[in-house]
Amino acid sequence: MNTDTDNTEAVTTRTITYRQALNETLRAELEHDEKVFLIGEEIGVFEGSYKITAGLLEDFGPDRVLDAPIAEEGFVGAALGAAMLGMRPVVEIMTINFSLIAIDQIVNHAAKMRSMFAGQVSIPLVIRMPGGGGQQLAATHSQNLEVWYAHIPGLKVVAPSTPADAKALLTAAIRDDDPVIFLENLSLYSAKGEVPDGEQIAEIGKAAVVKTGIDLTIVSYSRGTTTALEVANQLEAEGLSIEVVDLRSLRPLDRDTICASVKKTGHAVVFEDDWLSYGIGAEISATIGEGVFDFLDAPVRRVAAAEVPLPYAKSLERAALPSAADLARVVREVLNLAPATATSNDK
Amino acid sequence: MIDFSPQLVQLLSLDGERMPSGDFDPWVADLDGPALLALYRDMVVVRRIDTEATALQRQGELGLWPPLLGQEAAQIGSARALRSDDFIFPSYRENAVAYCRGVKVSDIVKVWRGNAQSGWDPYTVNMATPAIIIGAQTLHATGWALGAQRDEVDSVAIAYFGDGATSEGDVHEAMVFAASFQAPVVFFCQNNQWAISEPVGVQAHRNIADRAPGFGIPSLRIDGNDVIAVLAATRIALDRARTGGGPTFIEAVTYRMGPHTTADDPTRYRDPAELAEWKTRDPVLRLHRLLTSLGEITPEVEAETAALADAAAAELRAGCIGMADPEPLSVFDHVYATPNATLERQRSDYAGYLTSFGTEHDSAEQNRKA
Repeated sequence: MNTDTDNTEAVTTRTITYRQALNETLRAELEHDEKVFLIGEEIGVFEGSYKITAGLLEDFGPDRVLDAPIAEEGFVGAALGAAMLGMRPVVEIMTINFSLIAIDQIVNHAAKMRSMFAGQVSIPLVIRMPGGGGQQLAATHSQNLEVWYAHIPGLKVVAPSTPADAKALLTAAIRDDDPVIFLENLSLYSAKGEVPDGEQIAEIGKAAVVKTGIDLTIVSYSRGTTTALEVANQLEAEGLSIEVVDLRSLRPLDRDTICASVKKTGHAVVFEDDWLSYGIGAEISATIGEGVFDFLDAPVRRVAAAEVPLPYAKSLERAALPSAADLARVVREVLNLAPATATSNDK
Repeated sequence: MIDFSPQLVQLLSLDGERMPSGDFDPWVADLDGPALLALYRDMVVVRRIDTEATALQRQGELGLWPPLLGQEAAQIGSARALRSDDFIFPSYRENAVAYCRGVKVSDIVKVWRGNAQSGWDPYTVNMATPAIIIGAQTLHATGWALGAQRDEVDSVAIAYFGDGATSEGDVHEAMVFAASFQAPVVFFCQNNQWAISEPVGVQAHRNIADRAPGFGIPSLRIDGNDVIAVLAATRIALDRARTGGGPTFIEAVTYRMGPHTTADDPTRYRDPAELAEWKTRDPVLRLHRLLTSLGEITPEVEAETAALADAAAAELRAGCIGMADPEPLSVFDHVYATPNATLERQRSDYAGYLTSFGTEHDSAEQNRKA
């Protein structure tokens, strides 16, 4: 829906999944530029743990689609070295949780190399990885660690919420000359959406107003945006007009779009899947406080995960993750409305 | 004198014949008929537990299960070599090792059902709960061993991991530390040939056992489907560690006959001929042949063993299905040792939310079913 391409001709679209959008984009970029190659665990023969690389080994061969040894620090560092010589590696880390094993190569090396080489080197490196809970994968496989990377100068961090953005942002990430952390979400892979055909390149660093409204702004990203839209539409039926801002990029952060929206609505709630303390919402709240404090009619509120290692049990995982019901409740509180009658289906 | 060379150590042939070895036989001299039969029973029972757990997963009673089918000898042989004060740092597949430690069979599946963050108390059985991040536990084992060394006790740490893990930096760093400080630790690598879909050739250009000598750690490459060789090698490694000899690396060459986990389908990437070939090296079958030739297998023994296995499976099934679900508010437990203001506030908010549905019991119940 927001591809930032100035295209006045009618663009044909297809309804495909987020997974398919990623797969098609990887394919298109492998075709577009011979310097692009993929590397990661289980991405070739196995086609990736989440099947994002389906069919790519078969069509592009083992020189372009590399099954790496089980060594995250190793293949991220090796990809970084290849990027220094002008290759365009697209790394898949099976989940963001395993990126912690590679964090030195990402934070101390990929992010800093342009600066520490005095601008004489480019690092056209993409690291794709899914985060997110809700799949009963327990504490070490369900984290939302986006803020770890969004904190680091030298990195770009994008987190698309729709198949169309998955396509346009992945294309942009692969063609970018700086390292881009491309955050996918386990619960979005099968989500469907309209995707424009042909080359689509997003501008990294631009948020999107995905629903307009005048009463309150919900700011979210990735999976959170789909829940935010769901809640906004549900409240619309009750006569509330909610605007939803999808960040799309966590670094650079599009502070202007956030502030312009809150300036209009006077109320803001951040909906995030990460932990509350020091999370993405803290930065958004500060942005709003610094930018449009005088336009606020109520304090900015955050809806985030309980500050516990995510449990495996379904009931406990549900208790820990922020839900649509939590968001709706906080939106009502911010607007000073009576709480809706709770139902057992809320959680 | 043990020859630490890359020769594959095998004491039991594929046909179930005992292969004499001057170096290794003294370490398994106690293995008379009844002792071998006990190992056999262990292997039959854990295979049955494993099969039942796989079935429970297929029936929706477990979220996930990592089968050990084919690795019974590697796990039973090594676990039965340990003393109760030795401490085990497993990966996620060492369910036969947990069985040998006396973990209640239904507790083995507790985490896989999602009913508890920890299926058992590590300090009552001296075995940590499963490590899911590949290879990390090798460092923990090394650290534990350094502690035992400082305490001047002769307990030993053993780390279990797979061929895939040997590519991780953690495993290499663990070997550096263990060698530098001569830590009493055993690195027990079950090379089951596959890291999900990646064959061992992606991890290692030579035998995995060849790596350890580069760190100054002697290594043994053993037939991991030969329970006698596994027992002998583990005893040798433990003895070295107990007597100040430092770490030993064991590569138990075995085969993951099933999927990586129940979420995997190996028929997509594995040649069925390979599986057929490894079926001829089946660890249970091989020991059965030896026991038959020794006259230990009688119809009574077969019936008793089958009854033991069935009882374990029934206990597992009943224990698994009968587990009480965790209370929703327990999500805030065990984050810190002492009360934490932020968590207490979140706990109280959530309790208020739950009671908004009615009585506390009903809300918990509804939340579970929602």
